[in-house]
Amino acid sequence: MPERTVVIASRTGLHARPAKIFVEAAARQTTPVRIRVGDGEPVPANSILAVLALGATQGTRVTLDADGPGADAALDALADLLSRDLDAG
Amino acid sequence: MSERRTLRGLGVSPGSTAGPVRRMAGLIRLPDPTVVPPDDRAAELEKAEHALRETSDTLTALAAKAAEPTAREILEAQSLIAADPGLRDSVEENTGAGMDAAHAIAAACAHHRRALLAAGGYFAERAADLDDIGNRAVAAALGLPMPGVPDPGHPFVLVAEDLSPADTATLDPEAVLALVTEKGGPTSHTAILARARGLPAVVACPGAAMLDDGEAVAVDGALGEIRTGVGQDEAAAIRQRAARERDRLRASGGPGRTADGHPVKLLLNIGSAADLESGFSAEGVGLFRTEFLFLDRREAPGLDEQIAAYEAVFRALPGGRVIVRTLDAGTDKPLPFLNLPEEINPALGIRGLRVDRLRPGVLDTQLDAIVAAARSTGVRPWVMAPMVTTAAEAAAFARKAGARGITDVGAMVEVPAAALQASRLLAELGFLSIGTNDLSQYTCAADRQHGDLADLLDPWQPALLRLVAECAAAGERAGKPVGVCGEAAADPLLAVVLVGLGVTSLSMSAPSIPAVRESLARHTLEECRAAAGAALEAGDPAEARRSARSGSD
Repeated sequence: MPERTVVIASRTGLHARPAKIFVEAAARQTTPVRIRVGDGEPVPANSILAVLALGATQGTRVTLDADGPGADAALDALADLLSRDLDAG
Repeated sequence: MSERRTLRGLGVSPGSTAGPVRRMAGLIRLPDPTVVPPDDRAAELEKAEHALRETSDTLTALAAKAAEPTAREILEAQSLIAADPGLRDSVEENTGAGMDAAHAIAAACAHHRRALLAAGGYFAERAADLDDIGNRAVAAALGLPMPGVPDPGHPFVLVAEDLSPADTATLDPEAVLALVTEKGGPTSHTAILARARGLPAVVACPGAAMLDDGEAVAVDGALGEIRTGVGQDEAAAIRQRAARERDRLRASGGPGRTADGHPVKLLLNIGSAADLESGFSAEGVGLFRTEFLFLDRREAPGLDEQIAAYEAVFRALPGGRVIVRTLDAGTDKPLPFLNLPEEINPALGIRGLRVDRLRPGVLDTQLDAIVAAARSTGVRPWVMAPMVTTAAEAAAFARKAGARGITDVGAMVEVPAAALQASRLLAELGFLSIGTNDLSQYTCAADRQHGDLADLLDPWQPALLRLVAECAAAGERAGKPVGVCGEAAADPLLAVVLVGLGVTSLSMSAPSIPAVRESLARHTLEECRAAAGAALEAGDPAEARRSARSGSD
């Protein structure tokens, strides 16, 4: 299954604004995307509650995975979001 | 409805107004659970889904109307949570097991709430959002009106049992005339917000439970009175008079002084540079709370980030004068990065300067950042520590700050021991600033947030005034300034008493300054002293107010 591993860049971590932006972007993808921290249990990336419960802070390494048509494009788009500071601006 | 009654509570934010009551629904009580027969479970799920959708839509609509960006973001995030597929899945699991819609929602929210609490730190703060969302969705599933701040489409007096931070974030200052709560105390969230926005407010008013929706009332936030049975013409006249009074006060300016010219510095309590944009005239900042920078953080903010935040405040200062208070946090106001052990009695535990005993690096970095910001802006900040208790602690803090070149070092007086030893503290320090909110809490042994003990937290308690007098007298003997930066300073009559006791500066939120300036200008120093003497001799707060009023006339 295609995967992307990326380090959370946002200052507040995957919380507040960054979490909202990420979850909304994941919900727009045509393929379901999952996210996990390290070897943890993958959770749906379109669930704000699941994403918040990951407790991912700035510098945390997370892995995205997806399977199906458009998986690579979806993963690229979401990984790009996480590698930017979404608190800025 | 036309019956005239007077209800009494604690006036916590001055100003008068009148208008119709709108009540805020409190926590929804769940009916006894029922076991749904298998054939009806799909319909129950549909009902629950509908309730969550309605909640999400309501929150989105509220977000679109929110005036402040912070409030908008809170509401948008809540709307997203209400629409969460994971929450929906939990609800489906519960209805599948035979729960009715309302219980299925409540149980699903409780489940996810635990998951967030387990994530810890600032993720755990979102747990409160789930309470709010759950309450709304349960109401929708039961066919009850949606809880939260009402929106009747005309100005109203908001009456509630108590207000949560999320409620207050959504208050529209154009629509809400005044706040009246059954619970809460003078230092509760409601009181602080009302003063910051200049809204009249009465808290700890148990009689407010009897007020009906639509009933016209007059609110006096200085006296803490609510009058019922007010006619439309009378209400309009009260509002007009209040608007004229507000305009007049807003136009006032100039340094604080008594009628005979005795100067009393009128200063601002601020949390960040944004609080300096109110447009009210002041002579500087008497209390810069530095906590804002540390909230919501898993790791302590670095030196550079702190320097930038302090520079922003120093550059925007009125009068170039600022008193910076070092981090006031601890087990009562926990910060994730401090990682302090839990305590049974946090108000009496590791808080304020005491944090330095366990996590010494935090204060050192903060002092370094203050010094760097002072150097780059040319401002000479005064620096004080919260929760100083003994002369030895004062001396240690003075050494730490002095070694970095800070020349004006002081302490907050919040602990009775510090007030009783004020002279000894002033032998080590350049100034004192009395935090009346905490000093009340510790003097009368009454929790600041305890609604049933609000009378003990009344800043007119003669025992509290005696401790203030002790500090002010010590300041006069040493020739060093002693200010008051608690909310007591914002009470125009109490300000007269404080000045009479010998206090040299009063620091408060911006909208309170004009009324205090005006009150001082009406009294000579001799009259202030007479009012102070009368208040000190009083047996209780009510008598202290009465005798101060007649003493100062």
